[in-house]
Amino acid sequence: MFNVQNLKHTYNGTEVLNVAAWRVEQGSQWLVLGPSGSGKTTLLHILAGILRPTAGSVGIAGQDVRGLSPNQLDRFRGQHIGIVLQRLHLIPSLTVMNNLLLAQYLAGLPQEGARVREVMTGLDVADKAGAYPHELSFGQAQRVAVARAVVNRPKLLLADEPTSNLDDARCAQAYGLLESQARACGATLVIATHDQRIKARMSNHYELKAQP
Amino acid sequence: MNLATVSLAYLRARALSTTLNVLLLALGIATITLLLLATSQLEERMRRDAQGIDLVVGAKGSPMQIILSSIYQLDVPTGNVSWKQAQELARHRMVKKVIPLALADNYRGYRVVGTNHDYVAHYNARLAQGRLWQAPLEVVLGAEIVAQTGLAMGATFIGAHGMGAGEGEGEVMHETHSYRVVGVLAPTGTVVDRVVLTDVASVWAVHADQYDIKDVARVAELMPDDEKELTALLIQYASPLAAAMLPRYINQNSAMQAASPAYETARLFTIIGVGVDVLRGFALVLVLAAGLSVFIALYNALLERRYDLAVMRTLGASPGKLMALMLFEGALLAVIGAALGIALGHVLTEMLGFAFKAAKQVSVTGWVWMNAELWLVVLALGVGVVAALLPAWRAYRTDIAGTLARG
Repeated sequence: MFNVQNLKHTYNGTEVLNVAAWRVEQGSQWLVLGPSGSGKTTLLHILAGILRPTAGSVGIAGQDVRGLSPNQLDRFRGQHIGIVLQRLHLIPSLTVMNNLLLAQYLAGLPQEGARVREVMTGLDVADKAGAYPHELSFGQAQRVAVARAVVNRPKLLLADEPTSNLDDARCAQAYGLLESQARACGATLVIATHDQRIKARMSNHYELKAQP
Repeated sequence: MNLATVSLAYLRARALSTTLNVLLLALGIATITLLLLATSQLEERMRRDAQGIDLVVGAKGSPMQIILSSIYQLDVPTGNVSWKQAQELARHRMVKKVIPLALADNYRGYRVVGTNHDYVAHYNARLAQGRLWQAPLEVVLGAEIVAQTGLAMGATFIGAHGMGAGEGEGEVMHETHSYRVVGVLAPTGTVVDRVVLTDVASVWAVHADQYDIKDVARVAELMPDDEKELTALLIQYASPLAAAMLPRYINQNSAMQAASPAYETARLFTIIGVGVDVLRGFALVLVLAAGLSVFIALYNALLERRYDLAVMRTLGASPGKLMALMLFEGALLAVIGAALGIALGHVLTEMLGFAFKAAKQVSVTGWVWMNAELWLVVLALGVGVVAALLPAWRAYRTDIAGTLARG
């Protein structure tokens, strides 16, 4: 699904990430582990096309990301990659429904109310369509964030520390959502975390070393 | 879902700041609209009132005062001119037509103007009811007077001495002579709408008590010619050459003073123009202040929203789209402000019109549209977009990875 080779990223002259080679098959589910500062977030951002690596090649769904113009990369990200951020970051001034429609609109895809409602129903937030993010419970907000990430049927679903600061029950719930939603749309799932609780649930691990 | 929906949602989320910015911009635009409407209408009205009058002759004094008092019925007259001299001037070969004016009284602030039927014809005024005056003390009313005072056909009233500066106490009422309404004029949109028209002899009759003339109808015959006076003469030239010669001739060879409406009106507009320019400058300062305020609001919004912007980038938005979002928001504020301001300007102009009407002044209405107002929309839009430029540029430059990593 994606193929990373000789990936290096430096920040202010310091190397923050070094991945020699990493190959992932479509539909598989991976955990990126490593202590703080090992470059988990950086790796995720590079996979998401938010950050261009200092050196090395990244191929996603057969597309060499380096070959894309900035605008093409934005579109590629919007259509093929779903991202769940640690702090969810729903747009506060838009309703739940509009947050999801925004994802379709910004990706340059047709806005399909039916698909949005389908995803909301699947994640049990359909009755919150007209609510604003501040009116949601944490669990509801989390489900909406996942819904926004999968509404465009991405090929790759990325999650950055989705379970840190959550109690065990919520941690299991968050992981379950990501796992099932990725499976539902056939997406490859990559979760970056230092949360050891998930480790037992996923078989594919990619371990990052702390940078010196 | 599009840029407009997102912009509107953000504007709604900051309702207070949005309202304040819109109001600030609207006030500036309203002031400019008011000036635009009022000055153009005043100029138009004053131009129409003076149309076809080449020269005004009155008693020695300020030429501007002569124009204001005799054409526009605004100022007090400079004094009186002798009827005999006026007759001589009317016979001058360079004079085509003379319309005499005798001013002395007012009715509830509206001037009683003694003149002849040429005055009515000059302004193309048509009778709505009744007939023109045929004898002294018969009057024809301008349209606005009927609307404001309720005087009707056949009504009689007593004039007060003076030009109607103040109503009520202290005014000398001419109780021995009462005017009778024999006609009402249709609205003309000129000075005729706010004067009471009557024969010159009416004015003589009302003020001729010392000659003990009992027969008012024959006052023009019985009164000695030397005692007859007029206030001013509206003159039409017989040839263009007269413009160069007649004023000088009058000023040098008579006790009268010639005043050119074209010249004095232009001078008046120059004087008013300074005040208008000051107000316009003030209004522009308001608009600029609004621009600055919009800038601060958008810049703060940008800081509050940097995570939103980064998230939008992760959802596939190009930097250009974020830039467009900020610019659109500035433009939206500007257009709402401009629309509100223009509407407010029209309402204020209409209110000013009511105030003018109450003061028996030139009338102004807010219910007209001027194409120049479109430029105000352009001006507001320009201010809004310029105010949004820096925030938009910062939005364009949003560092997604950096912002998210810190978030």
